[in-house]
Amino acid sequence: MHERPDLIVCEECDAVHRRPVLAHAEVARCLRCGAELERDTGSHVARLLPLTVASLIMFVIANSFPIVQIELQGLTSETTLFGAVMVLNGEGMSLVAMLVLSTTILFPLVQMLVLLYLLLPSAHVVNDADDMHGAHDGRRPGVKLLLRLMQIVRPWGMVEVFLLGVLVALVKLSNMAAVVPGVALWAFGALTILLTVVVSFNPRYLWRILVGERRHPEEPVR
Amino acid sequence: MSAGAHNTGVDGTDGIGSASQPVAAAPQLDSAIGTDIFPCHHCGTVWQGAQQDEQCGVCHAPLHRRRIDSLNRTWAFLIAACIMYIPANLMPVMITSTLLDEQRDTIMSGIIYFWVSGSWELAIVVFVASFMVPLFKLVALIILTVSARRRSSWQRLQRAKLYRVVETIGRWSMLDVFVVSLLTGLVQIEGFAKITAGIGVAAFGSVVVLTMLASLSFDPRLIWDEADPEAEQGANKEQQEKDIND
Repeated sequence: MHERPDLIVCEECDAVHRRPVLAHAEVARCLRCGAELERDTGSHVARLLPLTVASLIMFVIANSFPIVQIELQGLTSETTLFGAVMVLNGEGMSLVAMLVLSTTILFPLVQMLVLLYLLLPSAHVVNDADDMHGAHDGRRPGVKLLLRLMQIVRPWGMVEVFLLGVLVALVKLSNMAAVVPGVALWAFGALTILLTVVVSFNPRYLWRILVGERRHPEEPVR
Repeated sequence: MSAGAHNTGVDGTDGIGSASQPVAAAPQLDSAIGTDIFPCHHCGTVWQGAQQDEQCGVCHAPLHRRRIDSLNRTWAFLIAACIMYIPANLMPVMITSTLLDEQRDTIMSGIIYFWVSGSWELAIVVFVASFMVPLFKLVALIILTVSARRRSSWQRLQRAKLYRVVETIGRWSMLDVFVVSLLTGLVQIEGFAKITAGIGVAAFGSVVVLTMLASLSFDPRLIWDEADPEAEQGANKEQQEKDIND
């Protein structure tokens, strides 16, 4: 078994292509099915770490403050996302509560933390360049496990769907009560935009950047 | 193995496409399955001369030609989703209790409420996300699974596009689950107005999760597999082994 760095195989239709040399911001598509084969990630990678940090800050704000407050004949009520999950859980809807908790809090958080850990420059990078077996290891402990985890979790983070859900709920409530949007609503809006950029980054490219580049130091990393 | 896989000098004529130079006519491309080229599905590294279930040298994931047991798993999730689709649409998803009365809303009655109360834009958004998308996903995945099992060559490109659409829109049907969750958390004004989640929302959530699992189990590469024995061997290896054992 030997590696063929000159070839690339389409993820969706299994067609074999010669690996293209891409110019800045170029995208190669499969000739047979039109799926994305390869993307020039040069400038995007540099932006990924600051975007991840910004998403984490927005995530903390979005989950610390109430999303919305309602006023009904002098009575007020407000909730955070986690508060809503707890109410659901208390009503015996623990499975739905778990679903909401994982798709809107847990999985996006896992994605952001894994990215932060993998991208953060560190002094503790394992130096194993001369080690034959070490050449197959990632740059830091757990990198392979975490990248796999990120690939599994990726389809299940649904912050953008939740934001649309909040807007629908607001309109629904505005018919029966006075609705005051909270700080967290704006934070969720910002988080959605940031996460769209961060998560659109295919983890397959991270494999190459984080694991692959050490194996082909002579090749330019794309 | 195909001679083309080694012949990297000639362009376009050897079954290996050159993605940097688009070809006007749709070229006849070789699938990796007919050759000894083995792509890792996790990290995208391409290996030559590898065996099924051998570990990828980069990410250590086992190498597979196709997602394991793809069509059987997709069917299992699809059947479960079809069963849950019935309670998801018939059971109440939200119960609104006020001083005077108690109102039980299903997915459809929620949409109708939006329509008659004048927010027809929202009625359309919720109708598409909660009703059209799950139904479309179920029908599309059934078409994809049936045609992939028959190794049909019918409308391959359109089917590949259909799968991409299913993957993209699937998540949006969670909309109603989030709406109900938020309203339940928010409207808890004791003795005055209280919203509770109905059992229908659990059924509805399970439909969304099951259809997402079905589309994640489906291997789009199967759409392009020719009905030749060589490809059959790789893709249906587990199935054949099972048949032999039986």
